[in-house]
Amino acid sequence: MAELSFREAIAAGIAQEMARDPMVYFIGEDIGAAGGVFKATVGLFERFGPERVRDTPISEQAIIGAAMGAAMTGLRPIAEIMFSDFLATCWDMVANQVAKTRYMTDGQVSLPLVIRTANGGGTRFGAQHSQSLENWGMAVPGLKVVAPSNPADAKGLLAGAIRDNDPVLFFEQKSLYGVKGNVPDGEHVEPLGRARVLRTGKDCTIVALAAMVPKAIEAAEQLAADGIEATVVDVRSLVPIDTRTILAEVVKTGRLFTVEENPRLCGWGAEIASIAADECFDDLDGPIVRITTPHVPLPAADVLEDAAMPSVERIRHTVRHSMR
Amino acid sequence: MSTQVGKPAAADVDRPTRLRLYQLMVELRDFEQRAYELFLENLVRGTSHLALGQEAIAAGFAVAMRPDDYTFCTYRGHDHTLARGASMAAAMAELLGRSNGMLHGKGGSMHLTDVTHGAMGSYAIVGAHLPIAAGAAWSAQVRKSGQVAVCFFGDGTTNIGAFHEALNLAVVWKLPVVFVCENNQYMEYTPIRSVTAVEHPAADRASAYGLEPILLDGNDADVMFETARQTIGKAREGGGPSLVEALTYRHGGHSRADPAKYRPDAEVREWLSRDPVKRYRERLLAAGISEDELNEIETRAQQKVDAATEEARNGAPAGVDEIERQVWSDGGASWRN
Repeated sequence: MAELSFREAIAAGIAQEMARDPMVYFIGEDIGAAGGVFKATVGLFERFGPERVRDTPISEQAIIGAAMGAAMTGLRPIAEIMFSDFLATCWDMVANQVAKTRYMTDGQVSLPLVIRTANGGGTRFGAQHSQSLENWGMAVPGLKVVAPSNPADAKGLLAGAIRDNDPVLFFEQKSLYGVKGNVPDGEHVEPLGRARVLRTGKDCTIVALAAMVPKAIEAAEQLAADGIEATVVDVRSLVPIDTRTILAEVVKTGRLFTVEENPRLCGWGAEIASIAADECFDDLDGPIVRITTPHVPLPAADVLEDAAMPSVERIRHTVRHSMR
Repeated sequence: MSTQVGKPAAADVDRPTRLRLYQLMVELRDFEQRAYELFLENLVRGTSHLALGQEAIAAGFAVAMRPDDYTFCTYRGHDHTLARGASMAAAMAELLGRSNGMLHGKGGSMHLTDVTHGAMGSYAIVGAHLPIAAGAAWSAQVRKSGQVAVCFFGDGTTNIGAFHEALNLAVVWKLPVVFVCENNQYMEYTPIRSVTAVEHPAADRASAYGLEPILLDGNDADVMFETARQTIGKAREGGGPSLVEALTYRHGGHSRADPAKYRPDAEVREWLSRDPVKRYRERLLAAGISEDELNEIETRAQQKVDAATEEARNGAPAGVDEIERQVWSDGGASWRN
């Protein structure tokens, strides 16, 4: 085990796969000599050279389009979109082209490509550089959607995404880049589509994703002091989603809370709530409760942003209030 | 300054190539005519965008391409897909929504694709496939495969961002890709010249990317073949991308719903007099190829289209079990366990 930051784990995951497979290429804005604006790609340019780690112009359609054309014809590209908000500038490429072409051609082409992107708030950047957009990807058939919550998963799930033969939207929460954690030594690959139970308790199940996972864990520890024992599940992968693991924990505790960084409407938790209501209704002892950012563009000022996003305090308060 | 219509340096196309070009153009013409007739019978349910009148571009480039080169085209893509050698029956069956369709009914007219023949897809969002073609060219470049990507698009594409992003990237990375603007004068219903800052929407912009302006008669199969040979050859030798503007005209409307009443009669007559198929026939006769030989080509093309139509019409309707197939590389559509 080595202690790495989340951003170092991302670079380590890319390096592991580029060293293993000569067909893995990496393109994006400022990813080369600059090492990425979030320093999540430091050292790759020096190690793999300018042909395999290639800077692009600020042309998001060209970045995703080029990655798609390359994926159709034998490469296994990684494309970086600097901020997930910029996916809006190339959403045609992502949602119409990358996601649908295998299906529309009845499987004549495969698209083994990863779109990495820095996602989420907590950085006081305002509403165009802070969104949590996992649900955009989740709403489009043909895209896999992954969002790790810790450095070990950042490396392992990224490696799993690169080896996957389908397009994967890989969300890296900006507020996690500096978080440190143990990462297994040697080759580390995690399969997509498996949730992880991080903590077990008999009273309720809290399901969280990415940066909301450490907050959910902290809230669960505080709730224990209040006499409420919570299970915490890290969803890790939204498409495919491990409903088996999630629903099993919901059945055990009879209560389900989701913690989502996204604005309210159509967040990923709504889908989980719907599935739980369909399939575990008789096991539920109370309402399903979603804890989200309100349905507003995320404001910039620190006090506003902190108050808008789900906090440890809000998770604790909401669960405690609902469990009374 | 506006670009002048040019001619490729040498246009001495040999006899077998000319016969191949003519055969292909006649087949494409007959296929599209038949597709139109099947619309009128209400056998083609969705939309369709015919390339009647634009056959010289598809034929000229396809004949000049290596079998493993890549074609990327638009929703007006029947000709480009067939020209690479894709099955006419499978294409017709796809238009009819049959189980023996090229895409088993999942793509339809606007998405014909036959990867085994290098037809890498028909793209129905204007501009999208230019960056994708650049990506295929990038892949060919780093794999050192010698393949070239040829990307066909309409005049309307020149005003969308992806056109400019793709051209810039292709030049900066010196990619083996040829961009071919089929300027048929109209976007959908609106003349391109009325909404574009320059007279020649592609050629006049080539210099912005450090490329030579290439503006040609897209209704001349010899000119198209020779241009294709030269630009593809340049790309294959590492000389980077080209941008070709081929002047042409669609004989019909934008799509099946469009009777094209917005076009002045004199303009339509003028362009019909430059019909690429008729014109090429006259040229071949003047070059000493016999009427009988041309008649033979035409008869065979009709027979081929008849056989394809028959096969397509005999296909069962697309199977509903296709709905949840091929979303993912495991062949299925599952998103949960």
